[in-house]
Amino acid sequence: MNFDFSDAQKALKQQTRDFLRAACDTTVPRRVLEDADEPFARDLWQQIGANESPGIAVPEEYGGIGFGYLELCAVAEELGRAVAPVPFSSSVYLATEAVLLGGSEEQKQRLLPRLATGETIGTFALSEGPGLATPANLQATLRDGTLSGTKMPVPDGDIADFCVVAAKDGNGVSLALVDLDGSGVSREQVETLDPSRSHARITFDSAEAELLGEAGQGWALKDRVFDRAAVLFAMEQLGGADACLQMAIGYAKGRYAFGRPIGSFQAIKHKLADIYIKNELARANCYYGAWALSTDAPELPVAAAAARVAATQAFHFASKENIQTHGGIGFTWESDCHLYYRRSKLLALSIGSERVWKDRLISGLEQQEAA
Amino acid sequence: MDFNDTPEQAAYRAEVRAWLNANAEPRRDRPSVSRRLDADEGLALAKAWQARKAEAGYACRHWPEAQGGQGRPMIETIIYDQEEAGYDVPTGFFSIGLGMCGPVMAQYATEEQKARYIPPMIRGDEVWCQLFSEPAAGSDVAGLRTRCHRDGDDWVVNGQKVWTSGAHYSDWGILVARHDSSLPKHKGLTFFFIDMKSPGIEIKPIKQINGGSNFNEVFFTNVRVPDSQRLGAIGEGWQVAITTLMNERLAVGGAPPPDFREVMKLAAACELDGRPALEDSSVREKIADWYVESMGMAHTKARTLTALSQGKVPGPENSIGKVVSASKLQNVSSFGADLMDMGGVITDPSLMPSDALFQQSFLYSPGLRIAGGTDEILRNIIAERVLGLPGEIRVDRDVPYNDIPTGN
Repeated sequence: MNFDFSDAQKALKQQTRDFLRAACDTTVPRRVLEDADEPFARDLWQQIGANESPGIAVPEEYGGIGFGYLELCAVAEELGRAVAPVPFSSSVYLATEAVLLGGSEEQKQRLLPRLATGETIGTFALSEGPGLATPANLQATLRDGTLSGTKMPVPDGDIADFCVVAAKDGNGVSLALVDLDGSGVSREQVETLDPSRSHARITFDSAEAELLGEAGQGWALKDRVFDRAAVLFAMEQLGGADACLQMAIGYAKGRYAFGRPIGSFQAIKHKLADIYIKNELARANCYYGAWALSTDAPELPVAAAAARVAATQAFHFASKENIQTHGGIGFTWESDCHLYYRRSKLLALSIGSERVWKDRLISGLEQQEAA
Repeated sequence: MDFNDTPEQAAYRAEVRAWLNANAEPRRDRPSVSRRLDADEGLALAKAWQARKAEAGYACRHWPEAQGGQGRPMIETIIYDQEEAGYDVPTGFFSIGLGMCGPVMAQYATEEQKARYIPPMIRGDEVWCQLFSEPAAGSDVAGLRTRCHRDGDDWVVNGQKVWTSGAHYSDWGILVARHDSSLPKHKGLTFFFIDMKSPGIEIKPIKQINGGSNFNEVFFTNVRVPDSQRLGAIGEGWQVAITTLMNERLAVGGAPPPDFREVMKLAAACELDGRPALEDSSVREKIADWYVESMGMAHTKARTLTALSQGKVPGPENSIGKVVSASKLQNVSSFGADLMDMGGVITDPSLMPSDALFQQSFLYSPGLRIAGGTDEILRNIIAERVLGLPGEIRVDRDVPYNDIPTGN
């Protein structure tokens, strides 16, 4: 039994935390949040790229560092803690994973080296607006190598270089790579709950598209990409949840009311204990998901769903109760509480809601039972 | 990161499993043997099982050899417990003795006393109980009222304890009593172990919500205890008690079934709107919640085990265990009964799925949220000891015990 990160992985995590503490304190996400002309923190993204963090799990033959997914998980937790306003999740957890899983050798050679250094930003487009996307209701259509339709919200869709798009293809669904600077693509920013991470509405009008993976098998490939991404998103959520807990503890110790620190009142103590409990449950499920991801275990779909559900619940709870612990000041724009509150909802919906992942979890258990 | 045993651990696990296969029945989807039998039958069976375990070297394996153990690493005891959990064997009769009384005797008793008392405790020949809680001292156990005064070589004890598990079949007990009411409450306490068959002890069972009687009231009328059975110095009773309560937090582990597995099985068998309840999304969401809690606890234990097997001190994450599992048991039980709809109120095991496991647990589960530290006390402990929040403002700490208001 060795259910823990190694010393080297812990050191990497600490190094990442120290780096982000210096390069991405909360003034950085706030800057992006408040400035409509700055869709992401370019300077920070360049530094992250220079550290080769986007390529941490990309094999060396494709220009990555070739560590593994436990290392990537360690980095993800710290990015979540820092509410980092960079396209890391879109480019690394979604686009890079999609290319690694579904790409031809030529596509991998062409795309991965620049994804690994952050020079190219990729993203993934599934949603077409409010409501759950299904193979049956997708409107975007792939025909004869061209794509037509509208996708929104596409995370980082306004700044990405290319996009993996899920589209109807004959009777099935295929994934396709589209150059977002090519002809037939128009994109505009859409406002979201969390403006520290930009999103776009992208309209494709017979845009040139290149198949990723087998034709008609796109939905299954999307599921596999999302299972892997679910663990990484969960690690970000975990980091965010822990940041909220630390912020609430700090405030509860220093804020006095009725002649004593508010942290000495049981109403506050029990609230913070409940945050801690949810966070620890999430951490345990996330670590298990990280193990399943790093070993490509058959348990991955269930482990990923459990990590995702637990971390979604933990971050949501921690971010709203952090505001409550702060009282009135927590509801102000100037307080940092809302950075986490916004980010928690954004991440909660990024690759499907809690309800969707709960259903996937139970389906996975049913399959295990049947096997 | 891996979940594999070391070759040594795997060999030990295989040995344990072979022994259990030869000596016990696998657990089935129904109330365990301890809950099917009456107390006398259960105790006889439990004593026989404990003796067999001790004979085979599986009881208290990690205790030092000088105290009757095998001096083996903690991980071997854990591996045994993990494997034993899959078998329908009588449990619960010795957990207070071995989890709390044994460690306190090991720390505070004389060498002669340890040699006399610990081996029969390990074999299950003598059962121990713990006498701390009182009618007016539950969460605030340091506020206890049971008095003791010195008389020659003896102490004389008067008062009442409550919620004593197994007092009626116990041979020995550990007791904390007040020797000086003019001192502040934590300072006037002294700790003993006592013969439960002493004259002046009267034991009355408490009937619980679920109709069972796992606990007792214990009345003391001029009960004499030799001073040689004092553990720790006069006035040091609170420190000794705290050592014991720390061990209780480790001893009172997770909750018994039903858990998500049992609800899932039930939901597959029950119909809702003309199809299996398991296809209903509201049912699936609830089961997913419990899965996440249950596996969160299991993986948290794995983190603790990792620390233990590397010889490190586990982190504070284990402190969440009972808070999570006790409430989960209550919610799972209630929901299981709901799935049976109007029929869910029936408690006759012969008429019900899983021998009425859900109904039984519904009535039993409130106790688990209280025993061994209430949900509220445990949240205080997490907040203060893990998160470092300021302690309660205590109005009674530095006041002579006599002057503390008492209420009802």
